[in-house]
Amino acid sequence: MAPQDPLAQNLLIATVPPIGFADAEPGYLLGTDGLGRDVLSRVIFGTRVSLTVAFVAAGLACLIGSLLGLFAGFLGKFVDALISRLVDIWMAFPPVLLSILLVAVIGAGLHSVIIAIVVIDWTRFCRVVRTETMGQAQMDYVVAARTIGFSNPAILFREILPNVVPVLIALLTLEMGIAVVVEAILSFVGLSVSSDTPTWGGMIAEGRQIVHEAWWVLAVPLVALFATVIAFNQLGDGLARSLDPVLRR
Amino acid sequence: MSEPRLLIDSLSAISLRDGGKPILRRVSLAVGTGEVHGLVGESGAGKSTIAKAILGIIPSQVKVTGGQIGFEGRDLLALSASELRAVLGRDIALVPQDPSTALNPARRIDAQMTDGLRLKRGLSAKAARQRAGALLDEVQIRDPERVLSSYPHQLSGGMRQRVLIAAAFGLEPKLVIADEPTTALDVTVQKQILRLIRSLQERHGTSVLFVSHDLGVVAKICDRVTVLYMGKVVEQGGTADVLTSPRHAYTKALLAANPRYDRPDIGLEPTPPEVIAALRAEIAAFDANNQGAPHG
Repeated sequence: MAPQDPLAQNLLIATVPPIGFADAEPGYLLGTDGLGRDVLSRVIFGTRVSLTVAFVAAGLACLIGSLLGLFAGFLGKFVDALISRLVDIWMAFPPVLLSILLVAVIGAGLHSVIIAIVVIDWTRFCRVVRTETMGQAQMDYVVAARTIGFSNPAILFREILPNVVPVLIALLTLEMGIAVVVEAILSFVGLSVSSDTPTWGGMIAEGRQIVHEAWWVLAVPLVALFATVIAFNQLGDGLARSLDPVLRR
Repeated sequence: MSEPRLLIDSLSAISLRDGGKPILRRVSLAVGTGEVHGLVGESGAGKSTIAKAILGIIPSQVKVTGGQIGFEGRDLLALSASELRAVLGRDIALVPQDPSTALNPARRIDAQMTDGLRLKRGLSAKAARQRAGALLDEVQIRDPERVLSSYPHQLSGGMRQRVLIAAAFGLEPKLVIADEPTTALDVTVQKQILRLIRSLQERHGTSVLFVSHDLGVVAKICDRVTVLYMGKVVEQGGTADVLTSPRHAYTKALLAANPRYDRPDIGLEPTPPEVIAALRAEIAAFDANNQGAPHG
C-alpha cells in the first residue's frame, strides 16, 4: 500500500516538503524526513504496530479485567475484597512510569509493549465491570433466574454479562485509543519495537529534533495518532448504541 | 382435598438487622392440589418472606429460625442448594411482582422463555421456541412471533406480565408462587391477568400461592385465604367465609378499609386503633410465650 520503501534512505532528497509546497519532490506525497525516507510510507507502516497494540493489548486487558470484575461484583465478600484491594494498590502506581519501568526490565519490543499495557490497564476494566455487575446482580431478573433454578455461572454469563457488554464495548474502544497513545509514548522514548521498524512515536521523536527545518515529519504522525484515537472513540459510541437494546430504536 | 401440596408448618424467621426482631411467628398454612391460596397482609406482614423462603431466596439479613416447608413430602428448607435448584423451575415457579424489572433488558423474550424449557424440560432449542410460541398463544398474545423476537422494553406492562405468566406456567410446575402479580398493573389489565392465572391454573391443576395486599383481588381469585399481621396468622379459611363473615377484628377492619365501588356512600374506614392495640398485645403475648423456647 505504501508508495515507497519506508526504510530506503536517500540523503540527496532529505527534508523535502509535502506536495504543494516549494521544492517538493514528485512521488513523495507528504515529504521526506531527515534521512530522506518517505513520510507517508513510514506513517502507513507505523499503523501496523499501532493497530496491533490497540487490538491485542486492549483486548487482553479487557478479557482479564472483565473476568476479575465479574467475579468480584457477583461473588462479593472476600473475593471482592481481595480483587478490589489488588486494584487499589495497582492503581496507586503512576501508569506511564510503571510501563516504562516494565518495558525496561523485560526488554524492548512489541510483546513487551503489549504486556506493559495489559498489566497496567486491566484495572480500568475490572473496576467498571465490578460496579456494573454489582448493580445488575440486584435486579429482579437475576432473582427470577434463580427461582427457575439457574446455577451461579449460568446467571453470571447468560443473564448479567449481556447487560454489561454495552459498557464494556465503550470502555474497550476507549482503551484501544489509550493503547495507541501509550505505544506512541513508549516508542517516543525508544522502548517499543526496534528502531528499524517505523512507528508513529518514533517518527514524532525524530521529527521533534528537526521541527524547525521540517515540521511535517512531526505533524503527519501526530495527525495519524489523533485521527486514530478519535476514530476508536466514535466506534465505541456507535457500537454501544447499536448493542444496547434499550438505546437502539 | 387430599394431601396438601405445600404444607408450611410453624415457620419462624427473624431479622438479623433489627436485633433479632421476629418477622414470621410460627406461620402454618396448607395449599392443596389445584387450590389458589391467598396470602394477605399489609406491607411488612411477612407475605413476601414466606414466598422467598419457599423459593430459597431469603435475603441475607433474614434468618429462618424454625419450622418446615413441606413440598411433596420433602422439607424445602433442608434441601441442599443443588437439590433445591432441581426442584425450582420444574416443580415450583414464580410469577414476579414487577414485570418491568423481572425480564432481562438485554435479552430477547424467546431467549428468556426458552432458558427454562431447555434447562428444566430438556427441550431442544427449536422445540423450546415452538413451545414458547404456543405458550404465548395460550396467554392470549395475538402476535407471538413478534413478541418472541422483541426486547422487554418494546412490550407493555400487561404484555410483559403475560410473558412472565406464560413462562411460569409453561414449565408445568405443581406450584406457582404469584408475588403480587397485579400490583404494578393498572386496574383493567389486572382483571385480565387474574382471569388468565385462574384459567391456566384450572386447566393445568396447578396449586397457586397468591401473595397480595389487596382483598378485592384475593376475593376474585382465591379458594382459601390466610391473613397475616406482623408475621402472625390472624385468620385462615375459605375465601367466602373469611370475607363475608370475618371472625377476627383485624380482618373486619381490613375489609372496611377496602373501597366499595358499588356503595360509594359507605366510605373508607382506617383500621381502628383499638384493633391494632389488641393485635399488638396478642403478638406481645405470643412472643413472651415463645421467648427462648426452641422449636421447629
